[in-house]
Amino acid sequence: MESFWGILSEAFTLVLSWDPDLVEIVGLSLRVTLTAVGIACLIGLPLGAVVGAFRFPGRGAVALMLNALMGLPPVVVGLMVYLMLSASGPLGVLGLLYTPTAMIIAQTILVTPIIAALTKQVVEDLYAEYADQFASLGVGLADRVGALLWDARYSLLTVALAGFGRAVAEVGAVMIVGGNINHVTRVMTTTIALETSKGNLQLALALGVVLLTLAVLVNGAVMALRASAVRSAYA
Amino acid sequence: MYRRAFTGAAAAVALSVGLAGPLAADDDRFITVQSTTSTQNSGLFDHILPIFQDATGIEVRVVAVGTGQAIRNAGNGDGDVLFVHSTPAEEAFVAEGNGVSRADVMYNDFVIVGPPSDPADVAGMEDVTAALTKIAAAEAPFASRGDDSGTHKAEMRLWAAAGVDAAAASGEWYRETGSGMGATLNTGTGMGAYVMTDRATWIAFGNKGDYGIVVEGDPRLFNQYGIILVSPDAHPHIKADLGQQFVDWILSADGQAAIAAYEVDGQQLFFPNAGG
Amino acid sequence: MRDLASEFTPLGPAISANDVRPPLIETRGLCFEDRGQRLLDNIDLKLRAGRLTVVLGANGAGKSLLLRAMHGLLNPTEGEVLWQGRPLDRAARRAQAMVFQRPVMLRRSVRANLRFALSVRGVMGRERARREAEALDLARLSDLADRPARVLSGGEQQRLALARALACGPELLFLDEPTASLDPGSTQAIEDLIRTAQSSGVTIIMITHDAGQARRLGQEAVFLHGGRVAETGPAARLLEAPRAPAARAWREGRLYLEPPGAGPVHQVI
Repeated sequence: MESFWGILSEAFTLVLSWDPDLVEIVGLSLRVTLTAVGIACLIGLPLGAVVGAFRFPGRGAVALMLNALMGLPPVVVGLMVYLMLSASGPLGVLGLLYTPTAMIIAQTILVTPIIAALTKQVVEDLYAEYADQFASLGVGLADRVGALLWDARYSLLTVALAGFGRAVAEVGAVMIVGGNINHVTRVMTTTIALETSKGNLQLALALGVVLLTLAVLVNGAVMALRASAVRSAYA
Repeated sequence: MYRRAFTGAAAAVALSVGLAGPLAADDDRFITVQSTTSTQNSGLFDHILPIFQDATGIEVRVVAVGTGQAIRNAGNGDGDVLFVHSTPAEEAFVAEGNGVSRADVMYNDFVIVGPPSDPADVAGMEDVTAALTKIAAAEAPFASRGDDSGTHKAEMRLWAAAGVDAAAASGEWYRETGSGMGATLNTGTGMGAYVMTDRATWIAFGNKGDYGIVVEGDPRLFNQYGIILVSPDAHPHIKADLGQQFVDWILSADGQAAIAAYEVDGQQLFFPNAGG
Repeated sequence: MRDLASEFTPLGPAISANDVRPPLIETRGLCFEDRGQRLLDNIDLKLRAGRLTVVLGANGAGKSLLLRAMHGLLNPTEGEVLWQGRPLDRAARRAQAMVFQRPVMLRRSVRANLRFALSVRGVMGRERARREAEALDLARLSDLADRPARVLSGGEQQRLALARALACGPELLFLDEPTASLDPGSTQAIEDLIRTAQSSGVTIIMITHDAGQARRLGQEAVFLHGGRVAETGPAARLLEAPRAPAARAWREGRLYLEPPGAGPVHQVI
């Protein structure tokens, strides 16, 4: 079995060598995942805020669905998107299967319920504090959503992080809709799966360490941002 | 300060959204090949595809899955060329009108690998059905792909020939991993089980541990690969012209020479036999 | 017009018979029930423009509920609130403002808190900047304009909340114990702000527990007990010589338990 230090040193060598293939794979991973999280935020933040701050018929059902969808297995999402985008599927004419766009679509579907459900939680708590003041000022619906999202922005960064963590680490969905095509749709997780299936466990683990490092960097940046927010009593 | 940082983060997300756009399909000079894990994991494609692209300027995008899934994907029109190894299934694919025609490309062979302890005492045997019968009699652990792949189909044919109902022992000594060749090898070597694998994947496999080949050389272990252009009649959007160029090249003297030239550790992994 | 059914009939300098203008705000038979408990019971009040009314009473008397109902934050179970003789609508709500006991500070700078309230009221551009500066100056927070509002002291936060409410230019301002838990210095700053507002013509309805504050600021007084109006009148008189037993008990710092069978009291001030 490979030693722990062997794996770490291989990971180090990988990063230091700045291997163009590795750079490409890391770049695509980040691009796909950040785009998916970005789109998921555009949908999930307002959706979560509306569900968190307003009473409307069916609100309980929507909240329940969002919570349930948080647990969607990536493979199921991958299959759903595959069936939609397949040449014989309803959206086949778009020719998106086996492209990064297909991966972004799958990850967006995967992450949006997480963003929305967690946003709902954050906004609900904040709204409990703001509700009277908003009613007193006569704040309109759109302004309420906007103000709640803005005032919860630092908590919502953590929400986005949770989405990022899920997307960047998942392999099931991107494998199916991306096809793990070299130089086209190969990302960190599918490379790890491929190297594992080739029996190159040390390389696979080294790539895992690179992925972990990436996640640590992203999380660290967000936490630093949040720390400054806490000092301002904004978080 | 805080606001600037936040705006920066938002801008980064927006930027990345923008960057993803042009990735979709910038260039139509590519084809998608539905193929199998053995050709991919052995490194064959990494060797031959750049040669093809240099010659024709056509990029080949390989989706490597089990033969069963590759055939289903191609049957959905999600690929221009099918390049797998299960002749009966390939012929059925053409007969159903999904493919234009099938041609032999190359072969290698299957082997059975096992641990040095060799609990069923089959090391050195050539008769594969006799070896499988002994493994079943000893109830020695055997890890199967169990994923409807070409290798799995070949294995099932051999069990049937040996008169052993291995599926009945599933979960006992017969373990179906339901995953690719490499994953099954990782699992099998981890649990001390015998595994049937194509020789190419085995030679290129990086996690052999103390495992070795125990059964090889039986003509019934022959593993034929075939190539099929997906039918433009059934799937009008496929790139029949570019796909045909790839098929033609693979079957040409140049393509066959490229396949023959691929070696790992000094061993040739695939033996071209187009037109044979 | 006047309901003199009560045994105490301390009528303040209310609307004189020849004043044809409707009261600024009026409640008619206002009731509020929650889980079968009647928390506001048949409250009839008429308040004139320009006056500062203090709302007094023990904890749980219904003071906050009454203000919330008058401000439209609470839907009464029965009865209605009239604004200048008409039902409380959006325009009427916009002519009111409220400051809560615990100031609600948005997670933004001091200036952005003011800006938000003004924007919601449709005040934009140069006028908004002018009113921001004016409110900062009024609350003596100009130096802290770019500080996060939530790191201000309790007194500063309440000054900002008050300035924010006043920046919207309300005709009527509700204050729910604005100086509760503030030190004397901060309390005085708030009281100065309230006086300034009142002298500029803002009608004020203010809950307080502090008899001294009620005497310093109040012109009219309403005493609530058990969800009902126990007594109304000029603040100085009511504080000096309360007539309702509950008000007398409150004044003397005694516990007052309602005698059985006491009916609702309707008052006009």
